[in-house]
Amino acid sequence: MNRRLTLATARRVLAQIRADPRTAALLLLVPLVLIGLLAWISDGTPMFDRIGGALLGIFPFVVMFIVTSVATLRERTSGTLERLLSTPLGKGDFLCGYALAFGSVAVIQALLASGFAIWVCGLDVAGPQWLLVLVALCSALVGTALGLFASAFARTEFQAVQFMPAFVLPQFLLCGLIVARDQLPQVLERLSDVLPLSYAVDAMSAVTRRTDPTGEVLGDVAVLLGFSVVALVLGALTLRRRTP
Amino acid sequence: MVNTGSGERSKPAVVVQDLVVVRRGREVLHGVDLTVPRGQLVGLLGPSGGGKSTLMRVVVGVQLVASGTVSVLGRPAGSADLRRRVGYVTQSPSVYRDLTIRANLDYFARVVGADPGAVDRVIDYVDLADHAHRRVERLSGGQQSRVSLAAALLGSPDVLVLDEPTVGLDPVLRRDLWALFQSLAEEGATVLVSSHVMDEATRCDRLLLLREGRLLADDTLPGLLAETAAPDAEQAFLTLIERAEEAEVR
Repeated sequence: MNRRLTLATARRVLAQIRADPRTAALLLLVPLVLIGLLAWISDGTPMFDRIGGALLGIFPFVVMFIVTSVATLRERTSGTLERLLSTPLGKGDFLCGYALAFGSVAVIQALLASGFAIWVCGLDVAGPQWLLVLVALCSALVGTALGLFASAFARTEFQAVQFMPAFVLPQFLLCGLIVARDQLPQVLERLSDVLPLSYAVDAMSAVTRRTDPTGEVLGDVAVLLGFSVVALVLGALTLRRRTP
Repeated sequence: MVNTGSGERSKPAVVVQDLVVVRRGREVLHGVDLTVPRGQLVGLLGPSGGGKSTLMRVVVGVQLVASGTVSVLGRPAGSADLRRRVGYVTQSPSVYRDLTIRANLDYFARVVGADPGAVDRVIDYVDLADHAHRRVERLSGGQQSRVSLAAALLGSPDVLVLDEPTVGLDPVLRRDLWALFQSLAEEGATVLVSSHVMDEATRCDRLLLLREGRLLADDTLPGLLAETAAPDAEQAFLTLIERAEEAEVR
């Protein structure tokens, strides 16, 4: 790996996002609209305080998964990936460049979304607010890494977009948002233990409910980073310099 | 042939021996042998679907091979230290459509570690200076493939592998690009260019004719014309193809 090449790749990916203002706006504004809607429909009930935090952990995962899987699929189909792999650029530079670029977008997204949730929609956060941004960043990294991996199994952008419900919706059902994880049937609870989104939601819930959640959250953060590393390694295996 | 250089410079740039490639369960190259001398402009000609692109992918080192050996500049094709020295242009433009010409080339220049003036130089080579700040997706097809070519020229590679770089271009541009390839070869680069347009043969120092996964000729144009007693390249190739077909029938 080479820091200069990783940074150059991250800068190039960010330039592509900037060149497409509509996508950039969707990335940053859709979470705000959804949080606002949730706050509005739960007006007068405790629902927003119960699941608003969890949503802050789910958005970055879902959004980065879609964006990354489509972006890297484009690299594979347009021939730019083949060109890059015939140059001195390493697979690690490519993967980390993407993670760095989308990670920084995730930080901006998390700052906007949690600021909007807290100060405009009145979300109660018992723990330190900076932890919300940290968990959102880790959740985004898992989404990016899984998106990179998933793009290897799609041949068209149509298929790549369809991976979103396949990869994400089961996690959404099992992450504890709808039914608390410890109340799921045992098989499903075990299954939810090996899905990354569960840890993002656990961590976000801890930050919103506990006054001193740091220890628990850092544990979840470590698990999320572990998932990212595994997914990046799997993603690296799908980047072949030589193809049939 | 007179060898002016010595040592590494006098050895061929590409040596392919008994190369067999299987793609999607079908054998597309059936034991190809060839050599590409250094500092020459070599045309890889032949009908579409004959294995030209596959052979070029092998030379660049992105194609899995079933058997045979391929060495480039004395090393196995695809070796890590060749990645800086071999430039490759795929048939369809492999650049970022949503970025400007300059943003694309700035990125690829960093990737190959090109010198700071390289971006302006290659933009001039492919005559796109007036469009440098336009996005690739807004350019015509011919302009897009020239951006892709420019990206491959960035690191001043010793070996350039160009897959149909002139397809779909108007005659003036084609002439200019062939002049560029000739000047790159004169400066010492080895340039391997594929084309299915036989009259482009006249621009090359040497010719390789590939048909249905077999090499039918590896010669200079005058050599081919003498061999086949044909008036031009197209006739020479037709004669060779007929001979190959007769051999198959027998």
